[in-house]
Amino acid sequence: MEIFHYTFDWSVLWRSPYGGMLVKGIVTTLHLSLLAWVVALTLGMVVGVARVQPLRWVRFAGGAYVQVFRNTPFLVQLFFWYFAAPLLLPKQDQQWLYDNVPDYAYWAGVLALGAYTASRVAEQVRAGLLSIPPDQYRAAYASGMTGFQVYRYVIAPFALRIMLPPLTTEFLTCFKNSALAMTIGVMEVTHTAYYIDSFTWHGLETTSAASAVYLCIALCIIGLMALTEKRVRIVGMMGRGR
Amino acid sequence: MDTGVIIRNFGFMMGGLGLTLQLAAITIVGGLILGILLALARLSSRFWLYWPATAYIHFFRGLPLILVIFWLYFLFPVITGKPVNAYVAAIVSFVVFEAAYFAEIVRAGIQSIPRGQTMAARASGLSARDTAMYVILPQALRNMVPALVTQAVVIFQDTSLGYVIGLREFLRRVNLVDAREARSVELYLFAGLVYFAICSAGSLASQRLEKGRQRMHPA
Repeated sequence: MEIFHYTFDWSVLWRSPYGGMLVKGIVTTLHLSLLAWVVALTLGMVVGVARVQPLRWVRFAGGAYVQVFRNTPFLVQLFFWYFAAPLLLPKQDQQWLYDNVPDYAYWAGVLALGAYTASRVAEQVRAGLLSIPPDQYRAAYASGMTGFQVYRYVIAPFALRIMLPPLTTEFLTCFKNSALAMTIGVMEVTHTAYYIDSFTWHGLETTSAASAVYLCIALCIIGLMALTEKRVRIVGMMGRGR
Repeated sequence: MDTGVIIRNFGFMMGGLGLTLQLAAITIVGGLILGILLALARLSSRFWLYWPATAYIHFFRGLPLILVIFWLYFLFPVITGKPVNAYVAAIVSFVVFEAAYFAEIVRAGIQSIPRGQTMAARASGLSARDTAMYVILPQALRNMVPALVTQAVVIFQDTSLGYVIGLREFLRRVNLVDAREARSVELYLFAGLVYFAICSAGSLASQRLEKGRQRMHPA
């Protein structure tokens, strides 16, 4: 097929060795964003819960975390974790890192993406917790529950369900942001698409394929989460006027 | 810590901030105009306006910005037959991409205006275009201002992606200085601080505006 002065060659998508590279890139994108999501969810829950605590300095610490990570570009954070963070370690640890962790770029990517996404997750967790009427907390404490029990048995079952749709959106953002890891040399799918261009001059085909991959995976996740939401729904909880 | 490296290269790095601000300004204006048109099309009852706009918005919201930049970077030469200028490629991809996000903000803003307003405007003889221009959009835009400011902050951060196709904006220049001076800790902390200062001002403005809006229209 020829359009203008360009001859399309879609076979770069499956021809050896490019097909294998693309598949590897897709797999890297998936586990990079999933690992980062685990970090983000854990850290984001802690920070989000901290933001609604009665203790002033705890609230402040949570707020400061969110402000710092949301008001700097993710790319700067990525460069910081990759280029600058190892230099802050003691000399022998630096040496150990350079000797024993050949794929440090990947782990820097996981850490950076996780820490950045955590600040966004924290905001959703906070909003979810604030949407629970304060009476629920009071009633739970009044019935003799400990702080942990209040969250585990009363607040979390409601709040987590409320948070599910916005957290799905945040996961998709995390998944898309994983593409930026290419700037520090991680061979995820966007980087692979760009890399194949340097051998074949067929970057248009590979970036189109990468776009299709992102859209398909995003659609699958949206579908999956819609099913999950249906399954865990408590009848009469959602959409009820408060 | 060696702050000398920042002082020595301060002028060079700050020179890039001009390009960063310029990219952000053009993207915000272009993206907002395209976004308003997309939002109006998405709210239209004509299927040949509704479907393409909806598809456009979902398509670009599902892709990473960096991939859109590369895609247009490869697509341009195919259409024009000449290699593309990095500046043009960056601007076009930013506008095309951010318009999809603006469109959703604008749509939410328009939908926050009660239906009765449209009906009243149409009943008093205004055309559909005049209803949008003089009745709905002025009120809707006022409601959207906080969300638009937040998006402007995001765009300001996103311009750092011009880095990948070699635009010498702020982050690229910091990166160049680091390549020469090997002072990553100081330089990236400095870069973070500059972005933080500007973005915090934007976020604060957005919060202020939101509070002001809620005071004027409690509901």
